[in-house]
Amino acid sequence: MTLTNNELTYLKNKIDRIITSTELQIINAEWSEHCSYKSSKNHLQALRNCNNTTMTGHDSGVIKIDDDYVITLHIESHNHPSAIEPFGGSATGIGGVVRDILSSGTRPIALLNGLRFGDVNNANTKWIFKNVVNGVGSYGNCIGVPNVGGELEFNSCYNDYALVDVMCIGFGKQKSLIHNRANKNDLVILLGNFTGRDGVGGSQFASDSLKSNDIVSAIQIPNPFIKKLIIETILELIHHNCIKAMKDLGGGGLSCAISEIADSLSVGITIDINKIHTKQTMIPEEIITSESQERMLLIIDKNNLKKVNQICTKFDIPYSIIGTVTDNNMFKVTNNNKTLASLPIDLVVHPPLLHRNSSVPHYIHELKNEKKYNPNNNLTEILIQMITHPNLANKNWIYGQYDQEVGIRTVIKPGYDAAVLRLDNKKYLAVSMDGNPKHCYVNPYFGAIGCFDEACRNIICTGATPIGMVDHLQFGNPENPEVFWSFLQSVYGIKDYSQEFNIPCIGGKVSFYNETRHGQIKPSPVIGVIGIIDHEPFHEQQICDGDNLIMIGYTKDELGGSEYFYQIFDSYSGKCPQVKFQTSKQHMNIVLTLLKNKLIKSITDCSKGGLAFAIAKLCMMNQIGCIVNLNLIPHSKLNNDKLLFSESHSRFILAVSNHNLDQTISILNSQCILFNIIGKFNSNNLIFKQNNLHVINLNIKTLHNKWMTSINKMMSNGK
Amino acid sequence: MNVGIVVFPGSNCDRDVKHVLDKTLNTNSKFYWHTKRIPNNIDVIIIPGGFTYGDYLRPGIIASHSPIMKHIQKLAQQKIPILGICNGFQILVESNLLPGTLLKNTSLNFMCQWINIKVTNTKTPFTTKLQLQQKIPIPIANGEGRYYADKKTLTSLQKNNQIVFRYENNINNSTYNIAGICNKDMNVVGMMPHPERASESEINPIDNKPSLLIFKSILKQFTIEN
Repeated sequence: MTLTNNELTYLKNKIDRIITSTELQIINAEWSEHCSYKSSKNHLQALRNCNNTTMTGHDSGVIKIDDDYVITLHIESHNHPSAIEPFGGSATGIGGVVRDILSSGTRPIALLNGLRFGDVNNANTKWIFKNVVNGVGSYGNCIGVPNVGGELEFNSCYNDYALVDVMCIGFGKQKSLIHNRANKNDLVILLGNFTGRDGVGGSQFASDSLKSNDIVSAIQIPNPFIKKLIIETILELIHHNCIKAMKDLGGGGLSCAISEIADSLSVGITIDINKIHTKQTMIPEEIITSESQERMLLIIDKNNLKKVNQICTKFDIPYSIIGTVTDNNMFKVTNNNKTLASLPIDLVVHPPLLHRNSSVPHYIHELKNEKKYNPNNNLTEILIQMITHPNLANKNWIYGQYDQEVGIRTVIKPGYDAAVLRLDNKKYLAVSMDGNPKHCYVNPYFGAIGCFDEACRNIICTGATPIGMVDHLQFGNPENPEVFWSFLQSVYGIKDYSQEFNIPCIGGKVSFYNETRHGQIKPSPVIGVIGIIDHEPFHEQQICDGDNLIMIGYTKDELGGSEYFYQIFDSYSGKCPQVKFQTSKQHMNIVLTLLKNKLIKSITDCSKGGLAFAIAKLCMMNQIGCIVNLNLIPHSKLNNDKLLFSESHSRFILAVSNHNLDQTISILNSQCILFNIIGKFNSNNLIFKQNNLHVINLNIKTLHNKWMTSINKMMSNGK
Repeated sequence: MNVGIVVFPGSNCDRDVKHVLDKTLNTNSKFYWHTKRIPNNIDVIIIPGGFTYGDYLRPGIIASHSPIMKHIQKLAQQKIPILGICNGFQILVESNLLPGTLLKNTSLNFMCQWINIKVTNTKTPFTTKLQLQQKIPIPIANGEGRYYADKKTLTSLQKNNQIVFRYENNINNSTYNIAGICNKDMNVVGMMPHPERASESEINPIDNKPSLLIFKSILKQFTIEN
């Protein structure tokens, strides 16, 4: 039981009679932080902005992309379960987010996953990492939804823990969207898996700190095979117009699904617990809060029952008619004729919201002043070290285990800035997911803005225009005012960026209590952005000898929370990179113009690892060397190490042929863009030189080999 | 021409195969849910990839006991061209329509990557438009894709020209780098790589033409006959 004394008193005053144990379990589930957002709800209102392309009232965000088609988008995490049972925890995370997309009435077409784990050298980290990847892969592969992108980061703040963020994209016709309406006497159907004791109390489990003696029964069990059949069953039911309203069963199980769907439809629902198909003999309190996976709640017209039965029989999917829609706005649970619970829907879904205190964390001031450090002058060695660190190393070990191609939509495959999927209406969809807890630790406001900007830059590099975003705000214990301050700062950052760039925030999640016995995690907002390409997506061309390297943007002394400081000096101190809105917009627009005019051979943005990593990546992916003149890079008088590894925003690296150079320069000049031609591609070595001194000199083939095999080596050493 | 795509619970490449057949080659292929009967005038059968019955017990084994497979065995005897892709190949092997077996990859992981295969038999209905040793860039996506045959079976496969595709490089320790085989009559072909994922230029980063020829080969025969 996680209800506080205040909440119990509030409840008693509202009900004014003896509360039954079933009622108490319903309230306990729905009033958990996980389901009710009682700490964050007040602050999230500002975030949800809409425009004329967005549609509300669905479990996932919905965006119209033309007169006929919509994209749906949702993001979730499954952190607590993945820390304890990484395979099942990550797999059921995918299962949950896929159900949200399905609930809107669209087919899931792609998945992305953002994974964060503890210290790389920790054996437990490797065990969690390996099994999370395995869980994500096995679930997505089996249901036939490709995993097309994501990110990976290791940081000691996640020791013995994991952040498993999954984003799902759906695609469908606007006319097939579930309208979500209901009338009195409509039937309430529970479809899918049998309800069992697995996952009882999962939402309360996720609304508390992770302790060593946590009960494993709170972890759900994945079954992707049943999920695949449910996807096909639901889509066929939609095709036959059988579903009036729909909700998936996730956190809080039936308690939350029923109360929330009744609330959104402004109706009441009465269910008979005895009608539910269960795995084992269970008491009503267990049935009503079980989080058994692969279940959907449907509201149908009585006249459609025959068709529903026919389609469920075809796919061999069990279902029960568990109750009916009423007009009294009550959530009623009976066992045959005995009433077990009778609660006003309004009370169940609207717990007293909490006012959390916030205060600026002490560490913030300490980090503002950069710690003195002794730079290592062997920058060649440093670059190798950084590139082979799994935070920057090539991620093929992960996505090689994911089916990236099923559905035959994946035009730009994993490994580039953003993935691109083709749609049935001749348009293309670009997707990216970005987080940066190190930046957010130093400055949660600008850190969150930076994640948003990076996701947009990645989208821009494919030639797409951002059209919508989802956020996932993951923080420690909200009862801690310093944690809550960071949360609020991130919300403000995302809100400001979203408004300034007119990118609607169409959905999101908040996950608190991400803390272990080692303490709070770093503030970890993750941003997912989608963009649309009306014509052909940008395809990179092979860079050749003599092609030019152009850098757009200004490099500043912004190394607070950088990969360089973290990896080499174990430090976070310094200034967090800040996005200048005007500059960012201007640079994104000019990149789109250059791409539209087909002037660029290859492009990437500068983010983690700074310009040194961005240029090295371009060279490695093209198997070609480059001579870069540090004197030519626009910067604010930085030492070489800072110049190479600063993570200032709004910077792009472009490869341009001699043939297109003049036109490129004239377009850049016409818009007064800060840029320079900083190098030339040739031969086999990546050389950064200052005056005539080689600051870095590396053979690209050797570097490429190290970059590609680093994670593989790390994982084969510790099984 | 009647092309049938067999759909089991858990098949997940059925719609992809139909897309390539219908949109790229202008056929009018039909899905056959595993409880339905395939009509006797069927011209070509394709068993697509996926995770039939969740790969429970082992990939393909449960689907191979489905009544529709009994019928497909009969159609195979009547020399109807049948192509099994990925899980479809596993089903054909479990149904004893093709020899050998498919084992877990030596990495013990699911493997999804673009590789090259080479054509080693151009006499099957699915390879007539290809040339011997022609290279096909194509993706694999499987957890149990390591073809294994004992020495006797391998000798017989070689003797009867039943090896249809071989991996250019040793990617998963398959026996003799085998990526696809056929039966003695050469009308039943199974392959682990996914031609439906490599047949359009938009999603194939290298060259889509060779893969498309696998599907075009069947069309060619029937156009001539018709």
